[in-house]
Amino acid sequence: MAETTRLPAESERTEGWRTRAVARRSTRAWRVRGSAAVVAVLVLAVLLVPPFVQLDQQAVDLAAKLRPPSWEHPFGTDDVGRDLLLRCVYGLRVSLLVGVVAAVVATVVGTAVGALAGALGGWPDRVLMRLVDVFASVPHLLLGIFIVAMFRPGVWPVVVSVALTHWLSTARIVRAEVLSLRSRPYVDAAISGGASRYRVAVRHLLPGVLPQAGLAAVLMVPHAVWHESALSFLGLGLPTHQASLGTLVQTARGSLLAGDWWPTLFPGLCTVVATLAIAGLAGAWRERLNPRRRSELML
Amino acid sequence: MLELRSVTAGYDRRAPVVRDVSLTVSAGEAVGLQGPSGCGKSTLARVAALLHRPDSGQVVLDGETARGWRHRAPRAQRTAFGVVFQQPRLSADPRLPLAELIAEPLRSNGRPTDGVRELAETVGLGADLLGRRPHEVSDGQLQRACLARALALRPRWLVCDEMTAMLDASTTAALVGVVEAYRRESGAGLLAVGHDRVLLERWCDRTVGWAELTSR
Repeated sequence: MAETTRLPAESERTEGWRTRAVARRSTRAWRVRGSAAVVAVLVLAVLLVPPFVQLDQQAVDLAAKLRPPSWEHPFGTDDVGRDLLLRCVYGLRVSLLVGVVAAVVATVVGTAVGALAGALGGWPDRVLMRLVDVFASVPHLLLGIFIVAMFRPGVWPVVVSVALTHWLSTARIVRAEVLSLRSRPYVDAAISGGASRYRVAVRHLLPGVLPQAGLAAVLMVPHAVWHESALSFLGLGLPTHQASLGTLVQTARGSLLAGDWWPTLFPGLCTVVATLAIAGLAGAWRERLNPRRRSELML
Repeated sequence: MLELRSVTAGYDRRAPVVRDVSLTVSAGEAVGLQGPSGCGKSTLARVAALLHRPDSGQVVLDGETARGWRHRAPRAQRTAFGVVFQQPRLSADPRLPLAELIAEPLRSNGRPTDGVRELAETVGLGADLLGRRPHEVSDGQLQRACLARALALRPRWLVCDEMTAMLDASTTAALVGVVEAYRRESGAGLLAVGHDRVLLERWCDRTVGWAELTSR
């Protein structure tokens, strides 16, 4: 009895705690390594397959339409006999391009607006932040649909639509960061030393917000990929002949109803795996920047 | 001569921290401003150095009334003050090595920066520390660098806001010695803000208590 109710000795307790902490740290490390490996494979595939693999992703082979996954076609074929693995690689290429460009544009716009608002203060700050509020008051997918609907379907309207609806949170984060940096005594010291507004902004404020802005950009890539998919799935994004993760799922809907699952599953899986991997890397970066905040996925 | 004339200042117009305070620092004089923490003496020091716009009242520099604060102050007026703050960690940009930190005011004014090593020497910083970033040096070493930065433009007034509150006795003595050496050589005035009455009375020509300033 006495044996079973014995409290673990101090050393045992700390030992247990330590092993758990080590285990947690190592699963985190493996998650980061896994994400990095997936991202590396996908990026290499997207960059190397189109120039080096002499297969036409648009090649129609009606004799081989809607084949389930096999060694010849690992992801199966679609309703006109195109190889889905190849289509997925091309689709991922377009989706990642849209995602990265849109995220970079959104971050540049957001950082510029946020930095201006924070650094200038007064009425420019109020005007810019009310502008942000106006944009934020409309559901952003709806606003995105509205923007793409104004143009002919193509890659650039999607980029513009995603970028114009996603700079808001970056603007808010950067403004808050600039406001906090602006009240630091070292900015006072710089002003007392005769530094101009421009010099304070470029020398002291901007370098302070760049890590946050860079992180926001990476966090936004998976989100932008999802938006491209959503817009294309709704038939508003890319034209259907252009493979992207969204258009692939959209064109596969018909065959899904007929019981052919692979044309929907594999592009969908590609979207999920690619975005989770990028988000995993971004999360690790955020944890390094701001260790106290637990990382959660932001999609 | 530096004159603060019935200055009222704070962070909320309805509840100013400093009410109707006047203070004069004559040419070459060292004035200590002593008071408990949170009473508003730092705010007053920031107003004096043109870093905080008062709600009302005037700051007069050698007969010239200050019209603007912070960036709105003419550069010549702003740089007439060398300011040293209480917390060296917060008053140094964490990205700049000490040499850059000290050179910052010189660069901002387009002046040559070859005097940095000499400035560092006057505050007792060895050349080996100049390449380090703020997190790689101690508080005392960082405060020495901040003092060197304040002296870089050879200001007419030094404003030391609790300059030595974070430091040990020997560093305090060394930094006060540096300030006094600079004042002897340049004839600069000093406004030293602190809560340590003993230190201020030994350091300054006269020490004013916060209560005396506000009770008039």
